[in-house]
Amino acid sequence: MSNPASATTAKPSSSVKLVLLGEAAVGKSSLVLRFVNNDFQENKEPTIGAAFLTQKIQLSNRVIKFEIWDTAGQERFASLAPMYYRNAQAALVVYDLTKPTSLTKAKHWVAELQRQASPGIVIALVGNKLDLCAEVSNSDANTPAPSEADSEAVETEEAEATEGGDARKVPTREAKAYAEEESLLFFETSAKAGTNVSDVFRAIANAIPEKELKPGKGTGAGRGTDSAISNAAGSAGQATVNLTDRAKQQKDNCAC
Amino acid sequence: MSQHGDQVEHEVQDVSSDPHRPPLPPRPSTLSFFQDGSKPNTSSRPPTRAGLVSRATTALSVADANAFSSGSVRNLRSVSSQNISSPSRSKSASRTASETADDSSIRSLELSSEHAQEQDSIFGEAFHNKRSDDFGLDSGFLSTNEAREETELVPQVDFDQEFADVPDEHDDDELAHNLWKAKKKHFLILSAAGKPIYTRHGSDAIISSYVGIIQTIISAYTSWDNQLRSFLADDTKFVILSQTNLFLVAISTLPESEVQLRAQLDALYMQILSTLTLPTLSHIFSVRPSTDLRRPLQGTEVLLSALADSFTRGSPSTLLTSLESLRMRKAHRKIINDTMVKARVDDLLYGLIVAGGRLVSVIRPKKHSLHPGDLQLIFNMLFEAEGIKAGGGESFLPICLPGFNNRGYLYMYVSFLDVASEAVRELDIDEKIAKEDAVAIILLSANKESFEDLQSMKSYLIHELRKNGSMKVIHRAVQNGRPLPTDIVPGTALRHFLYKSKGNVQFFMPSFEAQFSDSQSRRQLFSIYGLLHASVHAKFATVKVQHMVNTTCSALAWVTPMFELYCIASAGTPRNALAQNANKVVQYIQREEERIFLIGGATF
Repeated sequence: MSNPASATTAKPSSSVKLVLLGEAAVGKSSLVLRFVNNDFQENKEPTIGAAFLTQKIQLSNRVIKFEIWDTAGQERFASLAPMYYRNAQAALVVYDLTKPTSLTKAKHWVAELQRQASPGIVIALVGNKLDLCAEVSNSDANTPAPSEADSEAVETEEAEATEGGDARKVPTREAKAYAEEESLLFFETSAKAGTNVSDVFRAIANAIPEKELKPGKGTGAGRGTDSAISNAAGSAGQATVNLTDRAKQQKDNCAC
Repeated sequence: MSQHGDQVEHEVQDVSSDPHRPPLPPRPSTLSFFQDGSKPNTSSRPPTRAGLVSRATTALSVADANAFSSGSVRNLRSVSSQNISSPSRSKSASRTASETADDSSIRSLELSSEHAQEQDSIFGEAFHNKRSDDFGLDSGFLSTNEAREETELVPQVDFDQEFADVPDEHDDDELAHNLWKAKKKHFLILSAAGKPIYTRHGSDAIISSYVGIIQTIISAYTSWDNQLRSFLADDTKFVILSQTNLFLVAISTLPESEVQLRAQLDALYMQILSTLTLPTLSHIFSVRPSTDLRRPLQGTEVLLSALADSFTRGSPSTLLTSLESLRMRKAHRKIINDTMVKARVDDLLYGLIVAGGRLVSVIRPKKHSLHPGDLQLIFNMLFEAEGIKAGGGESFLPICLPGFNNRGYLYMYVSFLDVASEAVRELDIDEKIAKEDAVAIILLSANKESFEDLQSMKSYLIHELRKNGSMKVIHRAVQNGRPLPTDIVPGTALRHFLYKSKGNVQFFMPSFEAQFSDSQSRRQLFSIYGLLHASVHAKFATVKVQHMVNTTCSALAWVTPMFELYCIASAGTPRNALAQNANKVVQYIQREEERIFLIGGATF
């Protein structure tokens, strides 16, 4: 994940706007919390509106800075979603592996994104709460990239899954088939255990074509500001300081 | 005044018997109400005071019994008499000036002091006088019932138990119901069609029968073209607020008046409006009266519960319908205000800096003011509930501020900062911060596309506030906390007070010091405040000053057109001393007014 030294390396850095969508209580905020802070909270209170966070990720040849919009899943916020996914280069559509209706909702989001978001948007379909599913599926899901060869293993896993007090309600095969059909990235994750979380973001970072990447310009701060702010340059510098500091802090917080 | 034993004697003078009182001049701007000639520091008051000396009005209670009309006046032990025992006392009484002389101005009442307790144990054990009154629903619903409060004054609340979850019904039916009934306070919200929308305690299964009963009772009155507003069943108060096809019900055994409970229900209703807006709420029910409102409200239960629990714990801002500001020098506040105005972007409607629920700075357009109820909604959302703070980073959300406009949304940008650290970095996600230390920058706009502008405004603002040292000022002010009562009036007997400045719609209070540091004693403190507040705000009440004594404390409420002051001292504190102290508090606050309160705020 992020490395405090990254700010000083010479790798080209670019920012990517990413939006999380999905039904309420599927674990969107928890995924972000795991990704940004490597932490997990039981009984997290629902997000209100949307939260904006940033996190950097190191690739072999560049640094990607995610500007993440973590949206609220409640229906009354649905009408605001376009505001968040507009101009987004990536989207994480999340569903709950133990709740089939959440996959239905996820499919609606995918359709809406394909219809209305920027044409080149990279969409990842993510089934969360893998920790509630039986072990077998766990090991399977650890191999993130979907491939044809997996399908047999998937079937076995499903057969066994029903026995071990498994809360899984959405078979991997079903979601994966759908993801392939719509050419989405596909992952099963556990924000609680940390399984696959950084892999999702890494895969997204890799999937974004290089030409799509805008040169990273500090943070979101200072952008789109014309009026009233004459000292915007100063604030941009400020933002950089914040980030480094924040990365440091984050390392301290990190239990790992 | 006697200071011994648990029986505090009451000298009460019936002013209404004095026909010769001269008309009173308007209240002077220096508010020193209680005079004691023996004290040198009060003797040097402005000469205008001389004209104010009129007959003693330190008196009386019975004339105000309307606040306590329902029966248990037997606990209200006030004696009408002209005897004033000590000479110093009569002197002070005769020199006490009051503009409220035409009516009772000081009311003394002694609250059930049957239990002898040590004098200095403020809020020791709770009183539990069992009442045998047979208040059924029928006989009770009309009563205003404040008087009952005296018997059950300051009940203990076990907050662990109060806020514990009630298990689901199927686990143990009877146990669950008993646990549910054992709660001191309930808030229920149901639709006019009888669908449960929200309950603080218990699952649907547990509450369904109660909701059914409540709905039946309410609709029975509705069918008689009447509106049921409240009723009393034994010691339990039921208050109902009917709004836009909603019934909001408070059920409380705590000593709170109907008016106070209604204000709490109003706040819950405002929370619902802030989520949905009034047109949406009306529309939902006009289309389908049987709609289950829980779905559109999904995710806001935590906000309703945060509000409900703050009421159960005792909320000075709801009691006084006002807000608290962070105390700082006027010049420092001006710098912060000016910086905010300078950083303003075009789309900005309101800009606020708030430290741990206390206002630091507000900027607003000249033609709009900010409604305290709206600010309270925002503070609840940010500081009582974890949702936004725990979200980390920055948040952007639609919010309807019903006091501003209940028909549409504003868009609120929130960023929590940790002013303590050198770099004033933004808070990391889910970083644990004490509520007291959390500083939030809140920017409101009517434009839902304004996130980037508001975000850049915040970055600039932080940069500037750091540069001109204001961040350190805020940090120091937060760290200093509230002063102790003894910092304000050296050697004071006052244990705590609440001061509301009516003009600024803000309140000020000292720290809860060691004595009220736990939530139980704080609850008891607020129960006393609730009683004082109820008696000076009862309908038709003309009381301006009320003195209240029980075995655990001596308390005073003082209401003028400019302020309300409620103060509490240890038991046995003579009224004189209490009055002097109250006076000194008022003097202190007047001296410090521009630091304690945020006056006007900056406009643009």
